[in-house]
Amino acid sequence: MPRRKDLNSILVIGSGPIVIGQAAEFDYSGTQALRVLKEEGVRVILVNSNPATIMTDPEFADATYIEPITPEVIEKIIAKEKPDAILPTLGGQTALNAAISLDEAGILAKYDVELIGANIEAINLGEDREAFKGVVERAGGESARSIIVHSMPEALKAAEELGYPMVVRPSFTMGGLGSGLAYNEEDLYRIAGAGIQYSPTSEVLLEESILGWKEYELEMMRDKNDNVVVVCSIENFDPVGVHTGDSITVAPALTLTDREYQRLRDIAINVIREVGVDTGGCNIQFAIEPDTGRVVVIEMNPRVSRSSALASKATGFPIAKIATKLSLGYTLDEIPNDITQKTPASFEPTLDYVVVKVPRFAFEKFPAADPTLTTTMKSVGEAMALGRNFTEALQKAMRSLEQKGSAFSFIKPELSESELNELIEKTKVPTTERIHQVQQALLAGATIEQMYDATGIDPWFLDQLVLLNEVAEEVADKGTLDEDILRYAKRHGFSDEQLAEIVGMNEDIVRGVRHALGVRPVFKTVDTCAAEFEAFTPYHYSSYDTEDEVAQHDKPSIMILGSGPNRIGQGIEFDYSCVHASMVLREAGYETVMVNCNPETVSTDYDVSTRLYFEPLTLEDVLEVIESERRTGGLMGVFVQLGGQTPLKLAQQLKSAGVPILGTSPEAIDLAEDRGEFAQVLENAGLLSPKNGTAYTFDSAKKIADEIGYPVLVRPSYVLGGRGMEIVYDEENLARYLENATEVSPSQPALIDKFLEDAVEIDVDALYDGTEMYLGGVMEHIEEAGIHSGDSACTLPPITLGTDIIQRVKEATYEIAKGVGVRGLINIQFAVASDILYVIEANPRASRTVPFVSKATGVQMAKAAALIGTGKSIAELKQEGYLPQHMDGASLPSDTAIAVKEVVLPFSRFRTPGGVVVDSLLGPEMRSTGEVMGLDRYLDTAFAKAQTAVGSTLPTEGKVFVSVANRDKRNTIIYVKMLQQLGFEIVSTGGTADVLRRNGVDSQVVAKMRETAEDEKSIVDMINDGEINIIFNTPSGGGEARGDGYQIRAAATSVGCPVMTTVSEFGSAVQAINALREYSWSVMSLQEHEQNLAKAQEVNA
Amino acid sequence: MSHSTSSPAVLVLEDGKVFRGTSYGKTGSTLGEAVFSTGMTGYQETLTDPSYAGQIVVQTAPHIGNTGVNSEDAESRKIWVAGYVVRDAARRASNWRSERTLDEELIDQNIIGIQGIDTRALTRHLRSAGSMRSGIFSGDDARRPEAELIEEVKNSEQMKGRKLAESVSVDSAFVVEPKDFGWAEEPKATIVAVDLGIKAMTPQRFAERGVRVHVVPADTTLEEIQSYNPDGFFMSNGPGDPATADAQVDLLRSVLKNKTPFFGICFGNQILGRALGFGTYKLPFGHRGINQPVLDKLTGKVEITAQNHGFAVDAPVEGKTTAPIAEFGEIEVSHVGLNDQVVEGIRCLDIPAFSVQYHPEAAAGPHDSAYLFDRFIDLMLENKN
Repeated sequence: MPRRKDLNSILVIGSGPIVIGQAAEFDYSGTQALRVLKEEGVRVILVNSNPATIMTDPEFADATYIEPITPEVIEKIIAKEKPDAILPTLGGQTALNAAISLDEAGILAKYDVELIGANIEAINLGEDREAFKGVVERAGGESARSIIVHSMPEALKAAEELGYPMVVRPSFTMGGLGSGLAYNEEDLYRIAGAGIQYSPTSEVLLEESILGWKEYELEMMRDKNDNVVVVCSIENFDPVGVHTGDSITVAPALTLTDREYQRLRDIAINVIREVGVDTGGCNIQFAIEPDTGRVVVIEMNPRVSRSSALASKATGFPIAKIATKLSLGYTLDEIPNDITQKTPASFEPTLDYVVVKVPRFAFEKFPAADPTLTTTMKSVGEAMALGRNFTEALQKAMRSLEQKGSAFSFIKPELSESELNELIEKTKVPTTERIHQVQQALLAGATIEQMYDATGIDPWFLDQLVLLNEVAEEVADKGTLDEDILRYAKRHGFSDEQLAEIVGMNEDIVRGVRHALGVRPVFKTVDTCAAEFEAFTPYHYSSYDTEDEVAQHDKPSIMILGSGPNRIGQGIEFDYSCVHASMVLREAGYETVMVNCNPETVSTDYDVSTRLYFEPLTLEDVLEVIESERRTGGLMGVFVQLGGQTPLKLAQQLKSAGVPILGTSPEAIDLAEDRGEFAQVLENAGLLSPKNGTAYTFDSAKKIADEIGYPVLVRPSYVLGGRGMEIVYDEENLARYLENATEVSPSQPALIDKFLEDAVEIDVDALYDGTEMYLGGVMEHIEEAGIHSGDSACTLPPITLGTDIIQRVKEATYEIAKGVGVRGLINIQFAVASDILYVIEANPRASRTVPFVSKATGVQMAKAAALIGTGKSIAELKQEGYLPQHMDGASLPSDTAIAVKEVVLPFSRFRTPGGVVVDSLLGPEMRSTGEVMGLDRYLDTAFAKAQTAVGSTLPTEGKVFVSVANRDKRNTIIYVKMLQQLGFEIVSTGGTADVLRRNGVDSQVVAKMRETAEDEKSIVDMINDGEINIIFNTPSGGGEARGDGYQIRAAATSVGCPVMTTVSEFGSAVQAINALREYSWSVMSLQEHEQNLAKAQEVNA
Repeated sequence: MSHSTSSPAVLVLEDGKVFRGTSYGKTGSTLGEAVFSTGMTGYQETLTDPSYAGQIVVQTAPHIGNTGVNSEDAESRKIWVAGYVVRDAARRASNWRSERTLDEELIDQNIIGIQGIDTRALTRHLRSAGSMRSGIFSGDDARRPEAELIEEVKNSEQMKGRKLAESVSVDSAFVVEPKDFGWAEEPKATIVAVDLGIKAMTPQRFAERGVRVHVVPADTTLEEIQSYNPDGFFMSNGPGDPATADAQVDLLRSVLKNKTPFFGICFGNQILGRALGFGTYKLPFGHRGINQPVLDKLTGKVEITAQNHGFAVDAPVEGKTTAPIAEFGEIEVSHVGLNDQVVEGIRCLDIPAFSVQYHPEAAAGPHDSAYLFDRFIDLMLENKN
């Protein structure tokens, strides 16, 4: 049956900013969906607030709306674009929730728009716990058993049936109040007894605990003819209790017999039918009791998910692409399998390799957070690796994380019996370190049985860790590296670096010996069918096996090194640049080769580049890929400037190994990183940087700080994303910082900069080809200097900078790009204080802001940079239309729409061991996970859109709580007055209230926490009760008040109340609130925005 | 066992290709047709599937043996494969039903295997060069000159023209009762199933649905079959070349002439094809896996099937055709393999008979095709009335 002919225009809903649990995978799935819809000749409309995505590139849709994903905004888009249908299953939970809201608000009915790929009943059945239990039962499966009780005798009777441990959940209490895990009768009395009290209906739900059970997931597809296939089975290394997103996961499932696997498959298919998933992808999670094999269905998601992205990359079966085709009315047997070309998509992929995914965490950014892994996801990214066996895949995945100590160490720990027992005890609590603890305990003599008892990790997996330890021991015993032992170790995934540690050699020597002995990996192909049919898609992974499958290519290729697992500070923005480079270079006729290990990304889609190598981004692995390309037709060069720090740090070593680096040279990269040399560049150009110095001890630090004057910005040298950076206002705090900063040592000095108070920070992205510069964009930060640029909101074009400052910025950018010797992209941060322009830092690579600049100015910077790397000049790029001829980022017309970038922060995910959310105060250390763009004619509405898009919708009425530090009081008054005039009630604390009163603003005075009398309501209570609509709180820097501020911000984070922590942000918010009250929103597509820019260019010409 | 002390093994193909690994299971030498199977689960069922008799089975899934061996999942009384090829054999079994390790089981049953070779390279070779004769030589035999080993393989018997069903069949008849599989009522129907290499799950699938199954040896006569007064007649899967199964083809023709409802699986499908007068041919590398898409032309639905066949029926895939033996009337190809358009099922339109080339009993494999048992029961009940 061909596709439906009645669908001529379709609105796709994206997933919004990158947050923990909903990340780049939805750009991957969304991009696939848009490509399919375009190919099918459908008019495509997209809404997604995230400018850092490939999917929001204007060429992927006919109308691209970078607008907040709310029912109000989507209604405006529907009214304007009149789509026939909405496809909501590729944008994560955000898109599904939006679809439900649109339905509930009657908007779908009003405009006669159909939902495709899902229906509301199915979505609701998946969400409603009780209804879903019924579904599972009708499907012949089981859910975790539960009993509702109203008294202790009933509870005790239920306990006999359910057994301990048992989850106790009082009904109708807020935020899980009173729930807990009862391990015995005593616990039950305590928890259930209290729960019955807490519950307004004296009702408590007792549920059997499935903690420690084996956990599995099936990725399924269904078409409208009710054909159902399992695309992939996934097994969790960590048993139930750790969120799947935080678990190490393995595909295919490795510890099930066929009978058990088919039982899961049967239940899954029945559940899909029972729920009524229309067409497309969905996943089902199962728990299996390890001693009896009892199966319990945990949950189902009727949409493409994070695990579908993983399953797509793991199997080569493009779930999102096929889900989109199914939503158009195709059936699975009508869709060809891209990889084999000859066979249809109505089959189940079979793997002849093992895939391991490992999560990447960012606890170092949240030192106060409890690092225990729970059912709330906390990881910020993931790496995937393929190998011909589990050990190879696991070790490749672990080193793909690129974190110090992420690969196993095999140096035997000397542990006493009690120390070993202590270590075993530690493994009972799942943390990011657990797999290392388990491996070390096994190395130190713990048995598989002991570790199984402690962790619940399947003995088969534990045995694989033992196998690794045994291999390491054989290598150590052998003492020398011969071909036999090298092949053996490599077969189990040992890196040259690990072998070097074991045999006490240098990594380069191990590599030299290995190469001399001819021990090199071969590259296999991901083909969906275990080699049953020929594969036409060059999607490769390395393995120390015997037969290589990389085909000869005709001309030398260009390699792009990706950015590895997402982390805070290096995320989807870098993948964007890599993908753009690959796209434009292919257009220009080059063969491109992508190397990356992040399954969430567009770059690891097998048809983005000519060839894809799914490999770790370590020097060893990259060198082997280079060798493969050289062997099969040659390599023109490698791009290291697009994927962030990950590839950049390999630049010098690759060059030393004789690999041509395209674009900016490794020497230029070093020059920009070296303080002394960079200072020379600035001096030659007559540019200033804040006074600074390098300190090795407290005495030298004190001396420098005294010379340049407080406040100072201190940080360890060689850090990323502002790690460990702090603003220090006095000597006492400087001493405290240096005492606590473990990363400062004689070889790792502390860098001390003058901190520019009240400075305006500016970010610039530019291109340079050796003679000419193109200024991409000038962004003005809304927060003052001192907040990490990655966490700061900014505007483009700048809203308060005069043309003379912009001109100075442009000239300075040119001098720096020239002085450093950039060929391609450069990002520079400036600060303006008292009309003096300071250079903060320069990075000769693609930056986080490249996609934002590209979307806001309609110029695709990364594409231009890639072409410069192949030798094109900026003049040529202007001729060819890649860059505008008569305009640049410094000469945008004054009526250009304002783009505001705002960030999302993950604080609500992280709790202290006491259960309170961590502090949400911004600082010089970056902690945001993603960003949105608000685009509108003026700053105020653009800012309001950005705030709405990050989910902190500004209120237009209600109560504002104001409590600011002394230094901010003067600048606050005007904004508070404005809010009062707009009808807001003002709530404030003592000192702030006094100042306001003297300025004619009456406020409700509320006590600070420590001053609260017993029966008095504190500000935290008011926030928790939802009485406050917006909070303005700046930190005073002192201990006590800081503590108070923390509690206020923590409460606000918990309940989702907007908090402004800087005066400038508050100012923008007040303007935006004013605009929201007076002005009705309109929506503007990126394509319309670009047309306006093009018109302006004509005028300039 | 440490890496350096493991015993060597070598897999030799008739075209001279050699793969060196280490010994798995019993040490010694064995000959057979090298075929690959792509299932990721179900090695115990695969090993005990009589259709694999005479074949050296290559598992494309790298980890084999993880869940050990239990007494419930075997598909017949013993392991039938001539040899076993895996990449990473499990060092330890882990499953709540596991009773012993696969390695122990292979040794107990004298199965010679090889591990640690590039099974993907081997599979790619078999895919392009076709299934072929091969041998595994381990222990001291692995040290013999390669030329000698290749010669030995070349001198072994070809699968084409090989008659194997009788050798795997049971010696005497037995009955599988519905009541032993949870069927409380009187049996709905009685069938006679000829064991040409039958898998245990097949009579079980019938019994679960209330059908009494008399499993009889491959050389059972028409008279013996009629003595059971069956409502239907069944022929199972099995090893070997269907062109050698003249006795079974003759037997089936007599049954068809009597209008006794017939259902065949795999080898049984090939015998129906031959009984109707069609030819059978050897596929280049066969279909062996549990992910094979088959279109049911009657419903337009696609089922994911378990398959294990090296031969196929040569019949026109499109439309209705008169059987070459015209007295059986019109037939149509009811099921088609979507990967390569191979005949996967035949339905007679004028007599009560149909068969499929794949495995609806599915052990190992998905249960999508279980409806065929119901179809056959309906056919028998219709003919009863």
